[in-house]
Amino acid sequence: MHSILFIVFLPLLAAIVGGLGNRMLGNTVVKSITTGALFVSCALSWPIFLGFLSGTAEASVTPVLHWVQSGTMSFDWALRVDTLTAVMLVVITSVSALVHLYSWGYMEEDPDQPRFFAYLSLFTFAMLMLVTADNLVQMFFGWEGVGLASYLLIGFWFKKPSAGAAAIKAFVVNRVGDLGFMMGIFGVYLVFGTISIPAILDAAPGMAGTTIGFLGHRFDTMTVLCILLFIGAMGKSAQLGLHTWLPDAMEGPTPVSALIHAATMVTAGVFMVCRLSPLFETSPTALSVVTFVGAATCFFAATVGTTQWDIKRVIAYSTCSQLGYMFFAAGSGAYGAAMFHLFTHAFFKALLFLGAGSVIHAMHHEQDMRFYGGLRKHIPITFWAMTLGTLAITGVGIAGTLGFAGFYSKDAILEAAFGSGKELGTFAFWMGISAALMTSFYSWRLAFLTFFGKPRWAGSEHIQHAVHDAHGHGHDDHPSDEHSGEATEQAHAHDAHGHDAHAHVHADHGDGTAGYHPHESPLAMLIPLIVLSLGAVFAGFLFHHSFISEGDGEFWKGSLVFSEHLIHAMHEVPTWVKWAPFTVMTIGLLTAWYAYLKNPSFPATFVGQFGALHKFVYNKWFFDELYNFLFVRPAFWLGKVFWKQVDIGIVDRLGPDGAAWVVAKSSTYAQKVQSGYLYSYALVMLLGLVGAISWAIAGFGAH
Amino acid sequence: MNGFPILSLMLLVPLVGAVACLLVEAKAARSIALIATLIDFALGVLLWANYDVGGAQWQFQEKVELFAGFNWALGIDGIALMLIMLTVFLMPVCIGAGWNSIEKRVGEYNAAFLLVEVLIIGVFTAQDLYLFYIFFEAGLIPMYLIIGIWGGADRIYASYKFFLYTLLGSVLMLIAMLWMVNEAGTTDIPTLMAYDFAPQAQTWLWLAFFASFAVKMPMWPVHTWLPAAHVQAPTAGSVILAGVLLKMGGYGFIRFALPMFPEASAQFAWLVYWLSMVAVVVTSLIALVQHDMKKLIAYSSVAHMAIVTIGLFSFNVQGLEGAMVVMLSHGLVSGALFLGVGVIYDRLHTREIDRYGGLAVNMPYYALFMMLFTMASVGLPGTSGFVGEFLSLAGIYQVSSWVALVATTGIILGAAYMLYLYRRVIFGEQKNADAAAMKDIDLREWLMMAPIAAAVLWMGVYPESFLAPMRQDIAALDARIARAKPAGDAKVAVAKAQPKTDESAHEGAHH
Repeated sequence: MHSILFIVFLPLLAAIVGGLGNRMLGNTVVKSITTGALFVSCALSWPIFLGFLSGTAEASVTPVLHWVQSGTMSFDWALRVDTLTAVMLVVITSVSALVHLYSWGYMEEDPDQPRFFAYLSLFTFAMLMLVTADNLVQMFFGWEGVGLASYLLIGFWFKKPSAGAAAIKAFVVNRVGDLGFMMGIFGVYLVFGTISIPAILDAAPGMAGTTIGFLGHRFDTMTVLCILLFIGAMGKSAQLGLHTWLPDAMEGPTPVSALIHAATMVTAGVFMVCRLSPLFETSPTALSVVTFVGAATCFFAATVGTTQWDIKRVIAYSTCSQLGYMFFAAGSGAYGAAMFHLFTHAFFKALLFLGAGSVIHAMHHEQDMRFYGGLRKHIPITFWAMTLGTLAITGVGIAGTLGFAGFYSKDAILEAAFGSGKELGTFAFWMGISAALMTSFYSWRLAFLTFFGKPRWAGSEHIQHAVHDAHGHGHDDHPSDEHSGEATEQAHAHDAHGHDAHAHVHADHGDGTAGYHPHESPLAMLIPLIVLSLGAVFAGFLFHHSFISEGDGEFWKGSLVFSEHLIHAMHEVPTWVKWAPFTVMTIGLLTAWYAYLKNPSFPATFVGQFGALHKFVYNKWFFDELYNFLFVRPAFWLGKVFWKQVDIGIVDRLGPDGAAWVVAKSSTYAQKVQSGYLYSYALVMLLGLVGAISWAIAGFGAH
Repeated sequence: MNGFPILSLMLLVPLVGAVACLLVEAKAARSIALIATLIDFALGVLLWANYDVGGAQWQFQEKVELFAGFNWALGIDGIALMLIMLTVFLMPVCIGAGWNSIEKRVGEYNAAFLLVEVLIIGVFTAQDLYLFYIFFEAGLIPMYLIIGIWGGADRIYASYKFFLYTLLGSVLMLIAMLWMVNEAGTTDIPTLMAYDFAPQAQTWLWLAFFASFAVKMPMWPVHTWLPAAHVQAPTAGSVILAGVLLKMGGYGFIRFALPMFPEASAQFAWLVYWLSMVAVVVTSLIALVQHDMKKLIAYSSVAHMAIVTIGLFSFNVQGLEGAMVVMLSHGLVSGALFLGVGVIYDRLHTREIDRYGGLAVNMPYYALFMMLFTMASVGLPGTSGFVGEFLSLAGIYQVSSWVALVATTGIILGAAYMLYLYRRVIFGEQKNADAAAMKDIDLREWLMMAPIAAAVLWMGVYPESFLAPMRQDIAALDARIARAKPAGDAKVAVAKAQPKTDESAHEGAHH
């Protein structure tokens, strides 16, 4: 199984060559190298996955290099491939290859393309290192590596202040999670004496029921370890409390959102919990925490998603919410279902993001859905692709018969939560059902606002600029030059003197289009949309048997905890539980239809009636404001106090400055002393030595 | 290498170079200094190549009795070897850093740097207590000169501060040394490392040494000389100060305080923890609000050095090895960061963060290097910064989860202040025309930064090269201090009262 070496290291090689070669090699060369590398990786990954699917492949570990040996702590660079890894391999390499291809079109006019592609490939490498890790530290390497790539890509348009801020926020908030992860690794080493994942998982049941001292109190050992590790997962997977970076991460180019902030990186937390499932199984308390956090996130993010206007933010909150589903599935013991949802979600969420990118591309980088409308005739392929994505995420399907990808995985999760018989299972089920209703609502809301109704483009500044520029500077037939921060800056400069142009355009076109003609995206962008659409339609139907069916625990081959008992319970849930997701999906769809197509004045009326609630939800439950108040501002304030009041005000005043003052007061030759200090210092030293040697001689004499 | 006095030669080469620099004109002085440091680097490589990993604890020993029990005794173990390698690796870079920017008294400047090299290598090789003391204290004299003569506007105050802090510690350490020699009857450091001083005596001796090493480290609250010194020092001065001179404190702890006074070290461990915890949090927060790039990096050094002291006093192999790797890594990374500041300081003559911005546009390769060093500074796995930090923190966790938790917050705060710096200088808009007109790094700057970048990645991906020579010495030290090792707070125990939660155990772990 040495193909794994190529799968993992080709993207790294491509990133290095592309990144350092940059402008020397030129756009096309770098893009070809990176995209080519990813397609090769992808082509090599599928046979591995199919091998596990057919049951012919065996788990393997390919050693690469010795890493660290310190006392009894030892960890190496090695690539582990088992079923769980194989699933992640195909998800990562497929989506990444498609996103690379998509970016040929999306980033076409960006001045900095080699850098972008190098970052994408670098990210893919780090993500692959994460999922092939055989020890916790290599997992942490991948974990932080994807964090770095995410930071670089969010801040890709680094001239935009908002992009810079979002990038830092993503990195720092993730580091809060990483604090937990690191402490978890330390704890694991302390308890098990190793950080090799298979060794820990083997030894975990033996440590169940023991207690450990932690922060001055005694707790159940496994609970402490699992919760610490789970804090890491919460950061990377944007779970409630540590989720604030994900919506801001939408500052990055849209292909990045699709690859990193939807399909792969953010699922790393779910992967970690599944990879360590035997560990989590030893602590019911930790599993309850996972369930609770997952269920709460899935509900919270769905509420916020219903109110946002930015198309990417809606999908970002949707991602956050779907990750919540995966976590409470894992918390309920249905790791297979969690991984299955991860798998299907990767396809349909990447599809939705890339579709949104196509819309944004067509709409001259306008992201506000209030200025969309009626686009289905102008960009039909994008429309159909996104519709399939929406059908998949809302889980359309007939229980027991057929359905889109999300239908299989989401319903399995809800059934597992209900059937698990665990304390929080029912809570998670109801949270999940409410979230499913809202998912259906915001997904169709997005579709209706974007593709149906009348065009509302005239209100958009971006569209105005496009039209204005086209009129003013000769017809630029593909007016999407706003990729770079520089161009955005210019656009804002236009703003100041562009008002007469607005009026002019309004006068000309009364149909809401402002005379703008959206174009369907180029082929490089449409092919990934079509391929992912196939995934969104068929991924559930084709693979549900392997991932979550009774008796098919062989598929996982022990790479995660697969409970036959739970699968059985899932089949035994009451019929209303099986039909509940379908019901709420329909209600969500109808509500969206009523509010955004049938009676478009309804949302405003609703907001008028429930103003406070809307404000709370629209402002994302005020998490950012709260954190700003609790952490960010105090940090800067404390920094100033420690610097000015303590360092300068106390330490220096009592220390060196005080001494200088004493010297100055006691001696009229203070200046001389100060400038002559060097010689006095040398003198003191010399005198000291003379004394030392004299004493030594005397000492030896005495002995 | 049998009997060949390579260590003396490594001291002699820069010394001869220093004298030569004083005698010739500027251009020749630079070349002489560069050649001398490169020869020393070559000797260092030779030293490393001939070092017998797993062999005798002390190698390349030389001993000439001078007078009255005072010996010219040199010798190294793996720990000293690594610190010597760091020194000889950074010195040519330092000479390169001042190549164009130093215009006055060039001969003296280069001579001062060569003298620093002699004295630092002396510190790491000395096996005689008094010889160590001379090198240890004298090493600071050329450093004062570098700050005081070639420094910035406020250089006198800075070097005065440096001097004052150092003085008190030195005097106390000297007195302690005199007492020790009198008590043990020898000035031989290896012998002293195995000598068991009475516990009460250890207390006072430890405090005396602590006074000196804590200042050199520097530990909070005796750190305030460092930002002042860095800000005023010329670029190469900062590189050598952060890169190597700060390591003398850590070396002091590992060579003297821990092996000679194990009981006292354990007794005062909590003092060290407290000061280190405060340092991690407080100096990181201070770094967050700085406007001056050098000050920011200087404060970050204090926070990183606190991880070193925490690792050293965790009394286990991971902590000790981690502390050593942090020292080596910090030497490379902070040196590189100061170089990076120097690169743009040479162009714009200001360290004000606000005067820059958007450098990624006009200086893409500079931006790339700085990204690597920033990431190494925040301890990204795969860079040198991670390995040491991880091991140190893993070490202290075995002693106290509280200390580990507080110290680990450094990874959050470190990311915050370093990325905030990067954002303001390298990212953002090109708001200053003069900063936007700066040229990307030239060949000389490439030659300075690329080797450090390579070393940072090497140490991050394959630290075994650096850990292997130290392994046996760390193990010996660990064995030496094991008798004083504090019990950890974890105390994993099988609980009696708690019923075993068997609910899911039967279906778990399908292996």
